[in-house]
Amino acid sequence: MTIQLVLTQLLNGLQFGVLLFLLAAGLTLVFGIMSFVNLAHGSLYMLGAYFAATAYEQSGNFGLALLAAIAGCVALGYALERAAISRLYGRDHLDHVLATFGLVLFFNEMARIVWGPQPYFLPLPAAFESTVDLLGISYPSYRFAIIVTGLAVAVGAYLLMHKTRLGMLIRAGAVNPAMVAALGVDIKLLNAILFSLGAALAGLAGVMAGPIMSIQSGMGEPVLITALVVIVIGGIGSVSGAFYAALIVGVADTLGRAFLPTLLRELASRDVANAAGPALASMLVYLLMAVVLALRPQGLFPAGRTR
Amino acid sequence: MNKKHIAACAALALAGMGAAQAQVKIGFSAPLSGPVAVVGQDQYDGFMLALEQSGGKLGGQAVTVLKEDDQLKPEVGNQVIRKFIEKDRVNAIVGLGFSNVLMGSLKVITDAGTVAIATNAGPSPIAGASCAANVFSTAWQNDGAAESMGKYMQENGYKRVYLMAPNYQAGKDMLGGFKRYFKGQIIDEVYTQVGQTDYSAEIAQLQAARPDAVFAFYPGGMGVNYIRQLSQAGMLTKLPNFSVFTVDGTTMPALREAAIGTTFSAMWDAALDNPENRAFTAAFSAKYKRVPSAYAAAAYDAARLLDVAVRKAGAQAADKRALAAAVKAAGAEFKSVRGPFRFNKNNMPVQNYYAFQVLNDGGRPAVKAVATPLSAHVDSYGAKCSLP
Amino acid sequence: MTIWIALKRPAMLVPALLLAGLALVPCVATAVDQPFYIVFFARILVYAIAASALNVALGFGGMVSLGHALFLGIGAYSVAIPAFYGIDNGWVHLAVCIAACALVGLLTGAVSLRTTGIGFIMITLAFAQMGYFVFVSLKQFGGDDGTPITATSRFFGQDLGQPLTVYAVAFAVLCLVIWWSARLRAAPFGMVLRGARQNPRRINAIGLQAKRYQLAAYVMSAVLCGIAGMLLANLTAFASPATLGWVVSGDLIVMIVLGGIGTVFGPLLGALAFLGAEELLKSVTEYWQAVFGLVIFLVALLRTAGLAGLLERLSPHGLVASGDSASAQPTPPAGGTRQVHPEANPYPVAGGGA
Repeated sequence: MTIQLVLTQLLNGLQFGVLLFLLAAGLTLVFGIMSFVNLAHGSLYMLGAYFAATAYEQSGNFGLALLAAIAGCVALGYALERAAISRLYGRDHLDHVLATFGLVLFFNEMARIVWGPQPYFLPLPAAFESTVDLLGISYPSYRFAIIVTGLAVAVGAYLLMHKTRLGMLIRAGAVNPAMVAALGVDIKLLNAILFSLGAALAGLAGVMAGPIMSIQSGMGEPVLITALVVIVIGGIGSVSGAFYAALIVGVADTLGRAFLPTLLRELASRDVANAAGPALASMLVYLLMAVVLALRPQGLFPAGRTR
Repeated sequence: MNKKHIAACAALALAGMGAAQAQVKIGFSAPLSGPVAVVGQDQYDGFMLALEQSGGKLGGQAVTVLKEDDQLKPEVGNQVIRKFIEKDRVNAIVGLGFSNVLMGSLKVITDAGTVAIATNAGPSPIAGASCAANVFSTAWQNDGAAESMGKYMQENGYKRVYLMAPNYQAGKDMLGGFKRYFKGQIIDEVYTQVGQTDYSAEIAQLQAARPDAVFAFYPGGMGVNYIRQLSQAGMLTKLPNFSVFTVDGTTMPALREAAIGTTFSAMWDAALDNPENRAFTAAFSAKYKRVPSAYAAAAYDAARLLDVAVRKAGAQAADKRALAAAVKAAGAEFKSVRGPFRFNKNNMPVQNYYAFQVLNDGGRPAVKAVATPLSAHVDSYGAKCSLP
Repeated sequence: MTIWIALKRPAMLVPALLLAGLALVPCVATAVDQPFYIVFFARILVYAIAASALNVALGFGGMVSLGHALFLGIGAYSVAIPAFYGIDNGWVHLAVCIAACALVGLLTGAVSLRTTGIGFIMITLAFAQMGYFVFVSLKQFGGDDGTPITATSRFFGQDLGQPLTVYAVAFAVLCLVIWWSARLRAAPFGMVLRGARQNPRRINAIGLQAKRYQLAAYVMSAVLCGIAGMLLANLTAFASPATLGWVVSGDLIVMIVLGGIGTVFGPLLGALAFLGAEELLKSVTEYWQAVFGLVIFLVALLRTAGLAGLLERLSPHGLVASGDSASAQPTPPAGGTRQVHPEANPYPVAGGGA
């Protein structure tokens, strides 16, 4: 267990965390402001990847594919919000869970119908096919690019929320939507924009994950569950909470998967370690969430304090 | 549609043969949805291609094929098999999905005695103590390909190897089979979560361990992710890469150039040069516009096996025991696309396992057979089986 | 109020007829030589029991648990693990099932009830996922592949592994559960529970501890779900971690909502409708999941009171308080679909609604 290995795993954790943040940001905003639990967010992530794959097949240009995917997700997000999601505001969370559960099934099957069951192919952009050497380790430059992009988005999100009028409206809407509407702001449009923004972020995450992971129907659900864990740990409605929680979860999960089995092998027999190690590593994130919920149910960085 | 009726052929057959014709019903069950749907689809297409080539008949008798999706879930597979056996009264079940789904339905199948031909698996229990006279595999016994790779690496002088596989029965079988024939040093044996998409953590561990070579088993989407991430980390050029069921017909379209430089072992590949295979690969590519995988080949062989078996059984085809015996005997008689084939006493295939390399053919991947580490290989579980 | 007058109302008549029909299935199936349907309907019965169990927690108690598949799985493995060691005594299986589910239900319920709303949903999901990973790690018992059960439960010399036997037992258990939950609903305990769902503060103000009642209901629901799991394992002669997946939990919730939350017959109607529709759709199109997903979406959107509510609407209002077969929400104000629930955002968005 060298320092280089730990460093590499830290970077891996950071990269995973950043991807989670992209998903969690949209999810937590929609939840905090419209109080809407959106299980179909993972489907937007999946469709972003599919749109990019198709766009790449047509154009051969990764940048174009990226733009096309984000545009597609924004359009889809807007349409979805106007047609389906907005009819469910103010309802019980159970209705949200059910409705979006149905949408997940629908989108997964539609993806299979439109694109077929085989895994799809999105290549690495040519500029990122190498590795970067930093701090003595050799790290895939594409993953490094993901980290940089994710951090840039985080900064952008902060600037949006705190330095623009739209951000101000969003924050106000989180506290008192009725008042915002009474002040003459078109709250319907605001909600639609917000949802589309979340969809765009999810699509971006999907495109960025595309070159690393295979693009296929149902790829959104595992990531979605982890993203839900992130927003619960971070605090519903808080984007900065989602950021910190995403990093914590990403690093914990990666380090856990990497080092727990080795650690266990020091403490217990090899058979036990081989069996319990992966299980414990998978459970780690959920244990973390359970502990946070038990001790501090409002999350680690709840909205309304310092955003 | 779920249920395909080849009724037109049946009518023709009836008119043509004149004499009283029994209808042969085949129940086809495979994962047709979800992340491994491509595997199930390949099997179905392979089976139907053979059927089409024999005029919609098996052994001269008209055939109805009922197609069901087991969704890679043992519970669903159990229901589907029950339906085939109790409601549809099929003569034979083909497909049977992955090892876990197969094991979930095993009791129902062995209790009923209906002929069941697995075209995707051969888990060690059904090769050993739980073997049955009516359960066959035209694919492989799970350990076979891994054993072959182990022997190949042993013979080619690799001393320190790092192993990786997903954490389920087939994963353990693969690595166990590898270790049976590879006598060098195993640096580490890593089991990852089934369905895991990101292997960055494990790849970092692999880099730090500095082995001579890495051997892995990652079927379906997992294989695509694993190989591509290895390639992105620059590991494919630095570390000799060996695998089974990771680089194959189902994953190559997504891997493309990323697979170049890897070596894998299987009982079949489209690159195999024998007359049956050349005909099969050409027909499959022409009809379905893609290169077949070993799963398609296994299903194609299953149909051809049934053709010989049903002809052998003749009027007795409706009798479960007679058909099972006919299938067993037909194993040595039908011409497989993979080369020599027969059934072991536990109904597992006795076949060659080849080593293939993915070479760079002007920037595009091309598969080439480089060795036959195991010929006419008998699996290691036969002794535990009590069949004669 | 005699049973005959009660039966005249569709809300009671239809479920009674369905139950009678289900009782006759084994005879009919054997008569037409289609034993497959015994297994098919047995599965529906088992899921109806599981849904009824969840209904106690979700429908009566308002606890939206997205992790009840955990108890289904524990019940299944409480047959599989002793069977692995050759123990086929049904009473042992039952004892293990009840003990394990009660213990796990108590622990997870106690922790989960510290949260409300989405937190509760997520933490129950987390516990189910943890259970899933625990069972996947049990290599001896097949891990991810699951384990076939060779020694099914034996009670009084009868083997539950036989389709007819497990059908009969499941039917009996279902009837018991339905009767029990009807009694529970109207009993003081049930009243407090339903009050805790609607307004926990008031219940606490009266002097009753809402959380205690909810925890008790959660544990009872867990044990019943475990029994359903036991029956499922005997039916399929197989246990696998896939039973603990969140999709299974989601399916159970869909069944309850489809049938009518908080009603007595709702889970049975929902299970019949859900599994029946699934089978029907499968024979119509290969892409049935797309249609199914849309149907589920519409059911959630239209906020129907479920099939039980529909039947209730067709029945003339009698003296029998069949309870609020309408949804867990109070009836919506005229002209709007916006509904207020104590746990929802106190300031619902003004722009929603269709």
